[in-house]
Amino acid sequence: MNTIVNFMFAAIKAGTPLLFGTTGEIVTQKSGNMNLGVEGLMYMGAFGGFFIAYKTDNLFLAMISAALFGMLGALIYSFLVITLKANQNVTGLALTTFGTGFASFFGEMLIEGGSPKLSQKMTELLSEKPIPVLGEIPFIGKILFSHNILVYLAIVIALIVWAYMRFTRPGMKLKAVGENPAAADAMGINVDITKYVHTLIGGAICGMGGAYISLINGNGIWNNGCVNGQGWISVALVIFASWSSAKAIFGSLIFGAFTVFQVRANDFASEFAFLSFLSKIPNAIYVMLPFVITAGVLIVSSMRSGGSDQPASCGTNYYREER
Amino acid sequence: MKKILAIMLAALMIFSFAACGNDDGGDKTTEFKVGVIHIGNPADGSGYSYAHDQGIVAMQKNLGLTDAQIIRKNNIDDTNAAATKTAIEECIEEGCNIIFGTSWGYMETMAELAEQYPDVIFSHGTGYMSNDTNFNNYFGRIYQARYLAGIAAGLKTQTDKIGYVAAMDITNSEVTGGLNAFAMGVQAVNPDAKVYVKVTNTWFSVDLEGQAATALLDLGCDVIGQHCDTTAPQLAAEQAGVWGCGYNSDMSPDAPGAHLTAPIWNWGVYYTSATQAAMDGKWAEFGNYFGGMKEGFVDISPLSSLVAEGTAEKIEEARALIVSGEYDVFQGAYIDADGTVIDKDIVDNQGNVVIKAGEKLSDSTITGGINWYFENVIAQ
Repeated sequence: MNTIVNFMFAAIKAGTPLLFGTTGEIVTQKSGNMNLGVEGLMYMGAFGGFFIAYKTDNLFLAMISAALFGMLGALIYSFLVITLKANQNVTGLALTTFGTGFASFFGEMLIEGGSPKLSQKMTELLSEKPIPVLGEIPFIGKILFSHNILVYLAIVIALIVWAYMRFTRPGMKLKAVGENPAAADAMGINVDITKYVHTLIGGAICGMGGAYISLINGNGIWNNGCVNGQGWISVALVIFASWSSAKAIFGSLIFGAFTVFQVRANDFASEFAFLSFLSKIPNAIYVMLPFVITAGVLIVSSMRSGGSDQPASCGTNYYREER
Repeated sequence: MKKILAIMLAALMIFSFAACGNDDGGDKTTEFKVGVIHIGNPADGSGYSYAHDQGIVAMQKNLGLTDAQIIRKNNIDDTNAAATKTAIEECIEEGCNIIFGTSWGYMETMAELAEQYPDVIFSHGTGYMSNDTNFNNYFGRIYQARYLAGIAAGLKTQTDKIGYVAAMDITNSEVTGGLNAFAMGVQAVNPDAKVYVKVTNTWFSVDLEGQAATALLDLGCDVIGQHCDTTAPQLAAEQAGVWGCGYNSDMSPDAPGAHLTAPIWNWGVYYTSATQAAMDGKWAEFGNYFGGMKEGFVDISPLSSLVAEGTAEKIEEARALIVSGEYDVFQGAYIDADGTVIDKDIVDNQGNVVIKAGEKLSDSTITGGINWYFENVIAQ
């Protein structure tokens, strides 16, 4: 039983940065901008968050800083894509390279003469503590209510984004812009501003995901190259979650589970006799599985009547004069 | 305006030619240049590339070379042959006489370039390829240091469960041999303890190494050893309030609350003697290098204050036997409680005898043929 509980706990922990990234990318894509630069945004947020956490010992400021750094990356993207109408895919890829280099460049300055380590106070703040009462429930308490504070932040943000799109007027307008900017424009919605605002918000959420990676996964030490492809997995997860941040909560859990399964398959094999075959499966299969599933989801969603859930204008720029 | 600019450019050109002229006519030591290809960034402050670079710095000091004589190429991906080739050729263009490649994946590119540039010396770490003239390989008996780290771990554990984060699986002899040596050290002082292994299939991943360590902690392990490049396993151990043995460099500054000791390389020992041989024109006799504790090439970092009582004595006892050559880990024998070497069959965790009593593994088997786990290793 402990094997399962520990596994679920680790899966949630590993899935959280993906949830941030996916939620951010969903907001961005809903506005019609296909931002492939999530990896870069996360790197910028990872640095921004860690740097402020290291210098000020203030978690709140650190998360704000991570969001601002993510926004900075998204602003570069927005200016190129929305104002200058640059190609979305190329801009996103360039942003990935830029963000990765940005974090390494400034990270290097940080680690001159030994890796910077967060203070005791900061580590304490970010540690995993059971929530009173709820955390004491057997099994469930450990799996759901004993996490670090940023895990809950990610879930709250995902739920807010979901409710925002479903129940609020600006959320509806956002979807209109993503589906058909020309029609939205005719309705009197300012397309460019809507796109700018939501791409920036999306970037901010991705940036916070980066901070999760540098603050939590790094165990308090800055590492260059810490994001290591999780931005790309987030982009894949958007498709997996069919552009719903509520579904993304479960999607990120599944992707997180596969990540930790790589190092825990043996525990299952030894604990449960009927799973002993697991130890014979090469690790590479587990690394591959999330992507195989994403490909499967793409196939299924493209076969469904009514087509994919992707916002119709996603990936193409809006030229007002060509209406 | 244009004329002024033209005059300025012309002046600049004259001065730059003059600067080139100044380089000529130096003596041998100032002409000699050393190239180093790093897989990571030595500025990281710990880990693999840092350890190598400390060796380069030591060599520079020992031989009195200037900064301009050392050319570093950092963050060269060793799975990218084109990038490797470019980095090495840049070194050659900048006038390097000897080039050290520090990562496994550079091997084939270096072998190829050694043919192409017979005047440059190529020296490759961790591999097995070489030629008779200008290409050698260097590595060391790090398993000797791992055996000593295993002693520290075996004495420290209270749950009798020790974790080990391995970068590669059983088919990689370097990793598997190191793990076995560590496990043998554990068994020598604590026959009840078991060593649990988690494989990450990567040399460098903060995430996966941390997750592997957490999985081991969940199994009840209270000392985490590692053969991978980041400090993540030690930090995970520290956060869980237990202990660990790092690798490559002393990780005590990173995880002061957990770190016992780490097997470390004194790459400077090799870099100094190799560069000296190349400078003196004695490279032809130098050959391949496989140094151990006797040469001071491998060791463990100073024991931290967290080690169990009596650890230092046990380690000194084993170290003396290793340095004197009486005991070399991969032989059909063990060190008993009184510190005498006694012949015995070495058995793997499937029950097969892998080293017969009194026999020794050859160096080529140690570097390329250890594909079994020692009897107290649990990998399922």
